[in-house]
Amino acid sequence: MNTANAIKPMLTVVEATTPQAPAPKPAAAPPLAKTVSRTKPKGLHILRAILPPILGFALFLGLWAIVSQTSPNLPGPVKTWQSAVQLFADPFYQKGPNDQGIGWNILNSLQRVGIGFGMAALIGIPLGFMIGRFKFLNDMTSPIISLLRPVSPLAWLPIGLLVFKAANPAAIWVIFISSIWPMIINTAVGVSRVPQDYMNVAKVLNLSEWKIFTKILFPAVLPYMMTGIRLSIGVAWLVIVAAEMLTGGVGIGFWVWDEWNNLNVEHIIIAIFVVGIVGLLLEYALLLLAKRFDYE
Amino acid sequence: MEKYVQIENVNMVFDTKKGPFVALQEVNLGVTQGEFITLIGHSGCGKSTLLNLVAGLLQTDDGVLLCAGREIAGPGPERGVVFQNHSLLPWLTCFDNVYLAVERVFGAKEDKAKLKQRTHDALALVGLTHAEYKHPNEISGGMKQRVGIARALAMEPKVLLLDEPFGALDALTRAHLQDELMKIAQATHSTVMMVTHDVDEAVLLSDRIVMLTNGPAATIGEILNVDLARPRDRLALANDARYHHLRGQVLEFLYHRQLRPAA
Repeated sequence: MNTANAIKPMLTVVEATTPQAPAPKPAAAPPLAKTVSRTKPKGLHILRAILPPILGFALFLGLWAIVSQTSPNLPGPVKTWQSAVQLFADPFYQKGPNDQGIGWNILNSLQRVGIGFGMAALIGIPLGFMIGRFKFLNDMTSPIISLLRPVSPLAWLPIGLLVFKAANPAAIWVIFISSIWPMIINTAVGVSRVPQDYMNVAKVLNLSEWKIFTKILFPAVLPYMMTGIRLSIGVAWLVIVAAEMLTGGVGIGFWVWDEWNNLNVEHIIIAIFVVGIVGLLLEYALLLLAKRFDYE
Repeated sequence: MEKYVQIENVNMVFDTKKGPFVALQEVNLGVTQGEFITLIGHSGCGKSTLLNLVAGLLQTDDGVLLCAGREIAGPGPERGVVFQNHSLLPWLTCFDNVYLAVERVFGAKEDKAKLKQRTHDALALVGLTHAEYKHPNEISGGMKQRVGIARALAMEPKVLLLDEPFGALDALTRAHLQDELMKIAQATHSTVMMVTHDVDEAVLLSDRIVMLTNGPAATIGEILNVDLARPRDRLALANDARYHHLRGQVLEFLYHRQLRPAA
């Protein structure tokens, strides 16, 4: 199967993020480590696990505080924290279309990502299956995919505005077009990498195309598909902030722009943290989901 | 006796980047009903190729391959295949792995209860009733291979094709499964073709041992009749002069007449 050649650019990503990466099993730990953990108190173990991240955060906050001391326009951690406490005290207030709580902004952005990403999944995953299964289709589509995939997501915005004549669908369109590629490519790679042994079983048992799909292809491709979905969600969440800055409306991206115009820098920093945390949660949720489909 | 599998003047040529590669040349072989034959030879001699041709996983334009009087045009349920690496689907339980095959072969004619019964029976035959609802990664290598055998047997094939089925197992498990396979083949009167590289396995199990010459352009060098009485017992055979004579003949073929220079 030559599909793998045509869609190589993504392979490194697949290998780097594939959910099958062998996680160190606690049972496989050498006996030495066991005795060590037995002789030392449990509290020390936990301390060793949480100490490095805490130290990292402390260093980060320290650096931030020093930088904010030298640059008077940049608010320090304490000031930002106070502002955040105030902001999150009432996350769902509504004072007209341009002044809504942070909760609404996050939910609106998530909704756009959900719709755009959902449509991309509905089209991208079946397309990926077909491209992976039929070489002709792969040869037909791979030049177009290679051409369009590297295009910056925001370059699609004018096309969206032109076609939909409204800001909101245009933003969703940008999410759609930028998050569809990882799903197409990873699914296709997954199909082309289904072990020949399994396909031999299908041949020997003379399975119907439907059975091959439900009993062999789909379960075998699922881990690759989940990787594609995770990359897509990541891209979508990355792009939404930029898209909303341009299109306006309620959303975390526009909120950042709005607060820039208000010169409320604390809120911009808070927004950066919020975007990061939401992205992290999305990634984590999908990782948990992917673990459920890991058969090895 | 009726010839169940017939191989006549078969050549197999692979197209490689370096040009055509002749794997098999002028292979002629007939297998009668209920016969157990093994294919043995050095690695790369095309024994798996020959088995895959009979399985229908490979096709050749050159020569005739018949199974039960019909030309072999592709894989079919009348030929059950057991792969070397068991090839169980990891997301299905042992039961479901076997059921997949049963459903395909008998699904049109029989109801679900009957299909399930067939699956239970096949797994019971290989002694795996207790592990029916386990997934392949929860059982040992020997058990996996037994599920593979159950899957092939459940289709009630006319011919059972085994491609080095015990090659990846440890010696004790291998001996155990050899005994079981011998019993099952006798109980079900199966016609069996098995690829092996193990001389003892070949002599113990076979009615005839088909010895292949070295590739490229491998062909059948010699066919050895194993006229040991059945049921066979490996312990009794260990002191049997005829067994050792047969074993010696296979070794003589493999290591004297067909020795590869530092393969």
